[in-house]
Amino acid sequence: MMELGPYAGFIVAAYSAALVVIGALIGWIVVDHRAQRRTLADLEARGITRRSSTVEAA
Amino acid sequence: MALIDLANPTRFLNLVARVLPLLAGAAAIAFAVGLYQALLVAPNDYQQGATVKIMFIHVPSAWLAMFCWGAMTIAALGTLVWRHPLADVAAKAAAPLGAAFTFLCLLTGSLWGRPMWGAYWVWDGRLTSVLVLFLMYLGVIALWRVVEDPSRAARAVAILTLVGAINLPIIKFSVDWWATLHQPASVLRLGGPTIHPSILVPLLVMALAFVLLFLTLHLAAMRNEILRRRVRTLRLLQARGA
Amino acid sequence: MNALGALLVRDMRIAVRLGGGAPIGVLFFLIVVTLVPFAVGPDLALLRRIGPAILWLGALLASLLALDRLFAADHEDGSLDLILMSRVPLELAVAVKALAHWLTTGLPLVIAAPVLALFLDLDPAAIGAVALTLLAGTPALTFIGVIGAAFAVTVRRGGLILAVLVLPLTIPVLIFGVAAANTAIVGPVPFGPPFTILCALTLMSLVIGPFAAAAALRHGME
Repeated sequence: MMELGPYAGFIVAAYSAALVVIGALIGWIVVDHRAQRRTLADLEARGITRRSSTVEAA
Repeated sequence: MALIDLANPTRFLNLVARVLPLLAGAAAIAFAVGLYQALLVAPNDYQQGATVKIMFIHVPSAWLAMFCWGAMTIAALGTLVWRHPLADVAAKAAAPLGAAFTFLCLLTGSLWGRPMWGAYWVWDGRLTSVLVLFLMYLGVIALWRVVEDPSRAARAVAILTLVGAINLPIIKFSVDWWATLHQPASVLRLGGPTIHPSILVPLLVMALAFVLLFLTLHLAAMRNEILRRRVRTLRLLQARGA
Repeated sequence: MNALGALLVRDMRIAVRLGGGAPIGVLFFLIVVTLVPFAVGPDLALLRRIGPAILWLGALLASLLALDRLFAADHEDGSLDLILMSRVPLELAVAVKALAHWLTTGLPLVIAAPVLALFLDLDPAAIGAVALTLLAGTPALTFIGVIGAAFAVTVRRGGLILAVLVLPLTIPVLIFGVAAANTAIVGPVPFGPPFTILCALTLMSLVIGPFAAAAALRHGME
């Protein structure tokens, strides 16, 4: 395994922070995507559509 | 496919659906290679020991933080000058990403600074400029939320982005000057073009990984924003029709 | 009197009324400068050292205070629409309003600063330096501030968004203003270089401010 030296805590914290921030970004985008698609499907089911009625599989 | 062809949101969404998995896969591979190199292959710096490994996160984040404002500036020109329809969407999607990478840059820099300089924070030129950049990202995000109509918000944010683009070099330049009027701090200068390849190569791979990640996230966020605007339009139609 | 002159006089008249922001600006300046010694303690040596910074921060915040009503008040009573529709270029109208704001809010701060500097035990050289830098720098604060004021026109909680947007833009002015004023306190550093850069920033803001604010108003009112 790698030798992280006396400041191992800082290195681990930095990489963990990167993991958390990037993970949060990905998570937010995925959750948001699902929410928008759900809402669009819901509105579609209620018969409210735009002029172009093709439903995109995004 | 010319840029104007992408102006059609539906076409854009189709393109994103095809391209996104590829980009995400490429980013994942780049990260795998980069992390392997950064953590297991790259040697420790003779001065800093293993903490130089923080650089492989910190420097790409910093590059992205600035690159993202550049992307927003181009989007701002797209909104104001060419009125490209997707410019608004691109600008709005980019702002939280830029803020997140700036935050990561500040945080990892702070964690690097504590063992190296003895302080979590110093008010030197580059740190102060990046902190102001972070504040400006937050200001842009605030402006997006506060103006209700998305296209009016887009124009306001575009102007703010352009003024901010002018402000960034001024801040960087002014705090460099300001630092020379005080006692100069002893700042460890590392990197620059004379990095040894054994550290430079992992850095470039990580930078590539970050850029691919940003492209993936940006396109996905743009897709979400387009969907969000559709929901808004439909809801307005619904309210009007009811 | 032509249109711009009339606009200038009107704005100045409104500003010096009790609710108009000019007298309150100076009062706020006084309060801020008074608050700092309560926070950092009465050690005169310390206050003397950070005096220029306190005065500059107070001037910045006080300038900001009256800005959020600059366009919002006109928007509410319809005069903003009249200004937009008139034959006067919007950039000039914005510049004139900014000038009126500076004459009624910024300039009193410059005049009040030497008096308040006495509270901070600054010596005459430092008082002079602070007053001179404020004279050169407060126009920049105003002209950068109008950009935020233009954004804040049609927005609820406009005052807060204004502060969030404007303060990062005013940081270079603050840096050079305090740096120039500090040269009178710390050692044999020349006053010239930071002061000329401060003046340069002000001159830039005289152009960029009205153009950006006018663009923001036009796009915001569409």
